[in-house]
Amino acid sequence: MAQFPLATAEPDQDSTLVLNMGPQHPSTHGVLRLILEIDGETVVRLRPEIGYLHTGIEKTCEAKFYQQVVPLTDRIDYLCPMTNNLCYCLAVEKLLGLEIPPKAQWMRVMMNELTRINSHLVWLGTHAMDIGAFTVFLYCFREREDILRLFEMVSGQRMMTSYFRIGGLALEPPLGFFEKVKKFADRFPGNVDEYENLLTGNPIFMMRTKGVAYLSPEDAIALGASGPTLRGSGIDIDLRRDAPYSGYENFKFNVPVRNEGDVFARYLCRVQELRESIGMVQQALAGMPEGPVKADAPKVVLPDREKMKTQMEALIYHFKIITEGFAVPAGEVYQAIESPRGEMGYYVVSDGTAKPYRVHMRAPSYANLQTLSRMCEGQLIADVIAAIGSIDVILGDIDR
Amino acid sequence: MSITTFVIISLIKSLAVIFVMMTAAAYSVWLERKVSAHIQNRWGPTKVGPFGLLQPLADGVKFIFKEDLVEANVYKPLYIAAPIIAMMFALTSIAVIPFGNWVEVGPWGTYLQVTDLNIGLLVILGSTSMGVYGVALAGWSSNSKYSLLGGLRASAQMISYEVSLGLALVGVLIMAGSLSVRDIVNAQRHLHWNIFFQPVGFVVYLISAYAETNRAPFDLPEAESELVAGYHTEYSSMKFAMFFVAEYCNMVTVACLATLMFFGGWLGPVGGPPIVQALLPVIWFCLKVFFFMFLYVWVRWTLPRFRYDQLMAFGWKILLPLALANIVVTALIVAWRG
Repeated sequence: MAQFPLATAEPDQDSTLVLNMGPQHPSTHGVLRLILEIDGETVVRLRPEIGYLHTGIEKTCEAKFYQQVVPLTDRIDYLCPMTNNLCYCLAVEKLLGLEIPPKAQWMRVMMNELTRINSHLVWLGTHAMDIGAFTVFLYCFREREDILRLFEMVSGQRMMTSYFRIGGLALEPPLGFFEKVKKFADRFPGNVDEYENLLTGNPIFMMRTKGVAYLSPEDAIALGASGPTLRGSGIDIDLRRDAPYSGYENFKFNVPVRNEGDVFARYLCRVQELRESIGMVQQALAGMPEGPVKADAPKVVLPDREKMKTQMEALIYHFKIITEGFAVPAGEVYQAIESPRGEMGYYVVSDGTAKPYRVHMRAPSYANLQTLSRMCEGQLIADVIAAIGSIDVILGDIDR
Repeated sequence: MSITTFVIISLIKSLAVIFVMMTAAAYSVWLERKVSAHIQNRWGPTKVGPFGLLQPLADGVKFIFKEDLVEANVYKPLYIAAPIIAMMFALTSIAVIPFGNWVEVGPWGTYLQVTDLNIGLLVILGSTSMGVYGVALAGWSSNSKYSLLGGLRASAQMISYEVSLGLALVGVLIMAGSLSVRDIVNAQRHLHWNIFFQPVGFVVYLISAYAETNRAPFDLPEAESELVAGYHTEYSSMKFAMFFVAEYCNMVTVACLATLMFFGGWLGPVGGPPIVQALLPVIWFCLKVFFFMFLYVWVRWTLPRFRYDQLMAFGWKILLPLALANIVVTALIVAWRG
């Protein structure tokens, strides 16, 4: 493969121009830098340059106790904190062999689907804004605000929730929480109709997205794409259905798949997922089991406040967990779940101590970003913008 | 009329028109912010004055106090000239636009128009086309890639849509038989508004006008999600403000033109005491212009943006043939009816 040009390098031919898009650019969604070689308005070559949001989270994990890693995971893919929480917790729970009570599992599914809606709303808003429909952006953020309020109710935080803990949830959901979720879930399908009214049938939107940034199924697989980016190319893979975790097998949902492989197909997949997700939230509300939200594992799960203050044993466990963490049996585990962006995987290696030996995240955005060159070369600059939006990358997820 | 009276009246009219134009431009920014806010479940400006009505003043003061950055690599003469050109031609075209009919103040009487040229329409079209120089030169002299792309897009777009804009008006001209804006309006008396006779011409004009003023869904020269800010990426402070005001002035101009050409200008029900009779036409005119301004804002905050090639194809393959067909049909009918 030919060497890609650096931003400072001279273009290959006299007729082309090297355009540096980002890291400060209105529509590269954070700090993505794209080095474009353009001929007029046509993109000849495209190379994504990443690393501007490198936080060193993977390395930091090695210096933390297992339970202290949870807040770090929020900050990886900051649009779906709970999905990250869940994936990490599931991985460690697998190593520990913990049994999670059903209520915690259902809550996890419900919160995960709300997180998916939250993430997709940000995607839809910014994608529409990139294409020029600014109003959709604010409509989406209006509903996102409601979801963030729900997050705040359960976890005290709007974005960096850290609500899932190893062994269950941090807290019981507060009184009145389920009613609020119900209210939101009843209203939300109407809001999705509203977004679709502005976009789905709009001739300009279709002109901008149909047949644009095509990704063939073969390329999608070869480049490791996952999630709606893959399903938009006609490959029917969804880990929630194909490798169920955290009780997803109890839920009924469809996996939207489109065969066109263009921006519009990926758009339709995600919008349909919004509807499927809200359906799953409804199912979770209807079938929410009773019981504890934490596993019965005193050496791993922090005791309740009240128990800690009244029982000697609980106080000792609390002290031990906080000061020395808990040892996790030696071994390694890979846990993959379906994040809003695709296959999110946590590979956790334990050497038997209280701190992980290695935590590696398989970030869906990282693999999805690889497809961008394939999608955009030969297209116009405006299509690059549409394509970036359609693969929905989060830079925190890529750089870690 | 003596030469002194003529000069004084002309000066007063010019100053008044420039003042009105600038105020209109400033308040269309306010209108835009307010309407877009309400479309999007927001409040828009509320802090400065009642309903945020003094916001345009605050914006202007802010622009004046901003640092006027000039990039080291720009070609200075043109870099400075570009916003002036844009602004100048945006203001020129208003000179031939009549706001109302004959008014009398004491012994003096005048048309509410700076000057009534018999080729008024050509002046408007000419000066709006000259405006593209401001944009193209800004893009080129900034010496920035985004500005260059924006400037290129702007020149191509404005020149292409200029054609269909002009041709869309030819139908009206054939019917009125004059290039003077005043005559065209007077030909629309008794609700014989051209919109009823020239619906196709009107639609083509309206769409071309959006493109001509770089408004969404045709705001490609400054498509912020692609080209950052397009041709004015490297401009700051008052230089940027001049482009900004020029854009809104152009909007007002094309809205005025739409009103005059298709909506009967200042014509409307008139009656009552003399002072009301004198003022009512102006009010009708302003209301009609306001309608078009509102339409601009409404469309901008509803529709996504075209892609560059789609825009050009739309202009040349759809609008232009439509405008031409409209001319042929109009000409045939006018000739047939004698």
